[in-house]
Amino acid sequence: MTTTLTVLATGALATVQDLGRPGHAHLGVPRSGALDAPAHALAQRLVGNALGAAGLEVLLGGLEVRLDEDRWVAVTGAEVPLRVGDRAVPTGRAVRLPAHTPLTLGTPLRGCRTYLAVSGGLLVDPVLGSRSADTLSGLGPDPVRTGDRLPVGVPAGEPAAVEVPAPPADGPLRLHRGPRADWCDGDAVDLLVRGAWSCAPDSDRVGLRLVGDPLPRARTDELASEGVVLGAVQLPPDGRPVVFLADHPTTGGYPVVAVVDPADLWRCAQLRPGDPVRFTRAR
Amino acid sequence: MTGPAAYHPVACGPSALLLEVADAVTALALAEHLRVTVDATDVVPGARTVLVDGAAPAALGAALSRWDPAVDPPDGPLVEVPVVYDGADLASVAELWGCTTREVVERHTSLALVSAFCGFAPGFAYLSGLPEEWAVPRLDSPRTRVPAGSVALAGTWSAVYPTASPGGWRLLGRTDLTLWDHRRTPPALLAPGTRVVFREAR
Repeated sequence: MTTTLTVLATGALATVQDLGRPGHAHLGVPRSGALDAPAHALAQRLVGNALGAAGLEVLLGGLEVRLDEDRWVAVTGAEVPLRVGDRAVPTGRAVRLPAHTPLTLGTPLRGCRTYLAVSGGLLVDPVLGSRSADTLSGLGPDPVRTGDRLPVGVPAGEPAAVEVPAPPADGPLRLHRGPRADWCDGDAVDLLVRGAWSCAPDSDRVGLRLVGDPLPRARTDELASEGVVLGAVQLPPDGRPVVFLADHPTTGGYPVVAVVDPADLWRCAQLRPGDPVRFTRAR
Repeated sequence: MTGPAAYHPVACGPSALLLEVADAVTALALAEHLRVTVDATDVVPGARTVLVDGAAPAALGAALSRWDPAVDPPDGPLVEVPVVYDGADLASVAELWGCTTREVVERHTSLALVSAFCGFAPGFAYLSGLPEEWAVPRLDSPRTRVPAGSVALAGTWSAVYPTASPGGWRLLGRTDLTLWDHRRTPPALLAPGTRVVFREAR
């Protein structure tokens, strides 16, 4: 008999995520996967899962779930008030969730995306080796809905003894020069570092959209479609830069004028609309 | 034809390199060479570039030094795509080409096309082989929904929409073929390197 996770409430958006499906970009398949990868990995480790196990990525809290069997769970990423039944429990460590008892995530005071891992992992059907929901292409499972029942795997063993590394330090996003930096009128990295930027309300798993003074373009012709990396800062004709995140299209026709260091991409996952976005030049 | 420096490398952040080449055919040849000779997370051909993501620089350098741009890649599989030519833009393409709609069908079915690269959506292949003088502009305003299986033109590219989506390409017709099936290997029917001919379905 398999164990089932029942979704009682979802909040704004909750999706199944794992490490994504790299290696298929040449077929037009986005990489997808958890936007805050270190938080996702920590949650999986805390409950004793392999790093590739699938969990839930929860946008701005509001998730409530229940299991039909006792399991370890862990919640990481954006800090939320967390309850097991009526009891407040800590985030960032393994917590025993008794069968048929609701686990409730409140609203984060800061940050944006919270990660839930369940020992045994979520066993929705994989697509091209990943259980991640890709919001751009629709590959993988649909976003979870109230009433969904998701299969949960068999735990590999008990969680490891207390292992709570400090969360990665916050700070500005380190920028590298992009392959089409010369399409920007001026030094693109310099303009991004000196500009006053904030996270636009239409930011999502595809891209972090920036609000600020548009970057001037040196060229207005169309670039022939070319492959685009995760973290690429693309400059559309309107001059509003977009930082490509996990569900980004694999090729694009707008110039990439800078690239955010891969180690800093988790910070993009935790920015809320209106939050300031700060850059620094990568060394 | 292009001498020893047949590609120009451009850094793309700390873990990727964009290799600029002369055209789509060269990009495809280089991508196919690198796909089998270097361990990379992704090798993505484009219209005039190849993106290599997650390869060790030394291994990539060695693989590039072994690439001979004069050697054509092996022929990919040949896929014949049956098309019902009743697309909404058939008449506008005929007007752009200064011919009848019948002649549009004859020209399109006479082309020997190659899937140069994918993008836009899983399995959406950019097929090269339409002569430059037959290039057609995209629609001024994209349609909000183009059905799966739509056969279309934009610029010098031909394509078949694998899934229903918005789209600004000019629609010539439709096919019943399944362009994308994630349970199939490879899931994209028209993966890069695949040779393609369109045939009129009766």
